[in-house]
Amino acid sequence: MSREKRISADEAVASLEDGMSVGFGGWGSRRKPMSVVRAILRSSVTDLTVVSYGGPDVGLLAAAGRIRKIIYGFVSLDSIALEPFWRQARQAGSIAEPVEYDEGMLQWGLYAGSLRLPFLPTRAGLGSGVMDVNPGLRTVRSPYADGEDLLAVPAIRLDAAFVHLNRSDASGNAQFLGPDLYFDDLFLGACEPGRRYVSCEKVVDTDRLLDEGSFHTLRINRSMVDGVIEAPNGAHFTTCEPDYGRDEAFQRLYASSVDDFDGFRSRFLSGGEADYQAAVAAWRAES
Amino acid sequence: MGEPVAGAIVSELADIVVVAAADAFRGDGEIFASGMGTVPMLGARVARATFEPDLLVSDGEAFFVAGDLALGGTDKVVEGWIPFRSVFDTVWSGRRHVMMGASQMDRFGNSNIANIGPFAKPKAQLLGVRGGPGNTVSHATSFFIPKHTSKVFVDAVDMVSGLGYDRAATLGPTVAKHHRLPRVVTNLAVLDFETPDHTMRLVSTHPGVTVEQVRDATGFELHIGEVVISREPTAEEHDVLQRLDPNGLRHREVSA
Repeated sequence: MSREKRISADEAVASLEDGMSVGFGGWGSRRKPMSVVRAILRSSVTDLTVVSYGGPDVGLLAAAGRIRKIIYGFVSLDSIALEPFWRQARQAGSIAEPVEYDEGMLQWGLYAGSLRLPFLPTRAGLGSGVMDVNPGLRTVRSPYADGEDLLAVPAIRLDAAFVHLNRSDASGNAQFLGPDLYFDDLFLGACEPGRRYVSCEKVVDTDRLLDEGSFHTLRINRSMVDGVIEAPNGAHFTTCEPDYGRDEAFQRLYASSVDDFDGFRSRFLSGGEADYQAAVAAWRAES
Repeated sequence: MGEPVAGAIVSELADIVVVAAADAFRGDGEIFASGMGTVPMLGARVARATFEPDLLVSDGEAFFVAGDLALGGTDKVVEGWIPFRSVFDTVWSGRRHVMMGASQMDRFGNSNIANIGPFAKPKAQLLGVRGGPGNTVSHATSFFIPKHTSKVFVDAVDMVSGLGYDRAATLGPTVAKHHRLPRVVTNLAVLDFETPDHTMRLVSTHPGVTVEQVRDATGFELHIGEVVISREPTAEEHDVLQRLDPNGLRHREVSA
């Protein structure tokens, strides 16, 4: 029997310290570890370096003033193209160090980090505004006959990583059942051992992992994971196909709360995760 | 366009615009025709359904679909899986032509979807550069601009999310070989960069639009040589448009 790694979101978040670099899996408003983000908002941890294909994870952390630095390719709610809380924070100049990358550069940084390489070369980003706003980026010359100059995307290393999957066993063999793994394996790979967390809709016995998906869906193994958080509806209001789709109505409510974050927060984020889910249910019953 | 003739098919602006978008993919062959937004996506699907049958088109999520898929439709035949990781692989391999939007564009085709105003404290934070840098150095990138104004077509963009010809020319032979901005489709006109110095040229104006209107709505000097009228959809294309966009979503994205 493999090691039991189940912990609560609050226990995982208690392992974070101010100033850490924290990666969040998913993409935009898709399969985001939102229950963990909510737990971070309940804690006092701050001055974070966030790494994300950004969605409401970034929006909420920005609204709560927890982000000092962020490495990102975009921040979007998908069906609502522009993330309102992110916009508000950026337009107020309140994100101290925004490191904007091409989407593929972000993958390359995480991949380099997970392979323990100092960088990976690419053309994506060369000649673009990414080079203008990140003067620390360097190019590298091909040592072969072509002699081409390529962008050396520096490795990203994380102090903590959170991804939300559909299923996991208690030791962190985790499964995505939806259309895309996104880059969740790379977030875990780029993270120092110790704070690599999988939250999931449901913890299942290891011998049930193939009940709902083929072996191709087992892309996260327990050597990549330190803690397993069972979080039903934990990606709400983002998608978690096929368990549930995006809660578009709630996402609209979230987006329309941009001028009243305190109101949104006191209504939905003042208690624990169960209180959040209950508040959402109460809101749905009313509307 | 004059008075409609009884029994003739009347093309609305959005129909003209969608076939202009479809024409961007003409001759592309067996590559991923990727459209960001209603008109580009519909353009790619119309091209595939008519004159460019080898194109691969996606459902906008993670699958290549064979056969027709109407906008918003779910009844699809999956012919391949294209999660984001494979999208990036496809981008960098060059087997793709994307048509995307831009909030600003200069005369060399440098485009901006990232932010308006200074990066440190933008006046308007937009999407971020997304895949624009990688797209433009790797494969053909066309654009659809729903509202052609001098606020979009500017002297200098605030953030280069997609490279224009001047910047691409500084990056060596591989980028020069693969960087291509085949066309820019707007609600007024079709434009390209087929000029000696690769600055923007007016190719055609949509029916009822004058060259003067386009010039006035562009914040830099356009190459204006022989300008034709944008073509009408064929009868077959009209049928395909009805089939692929039965609810007329294209009309919501384009107005005169």
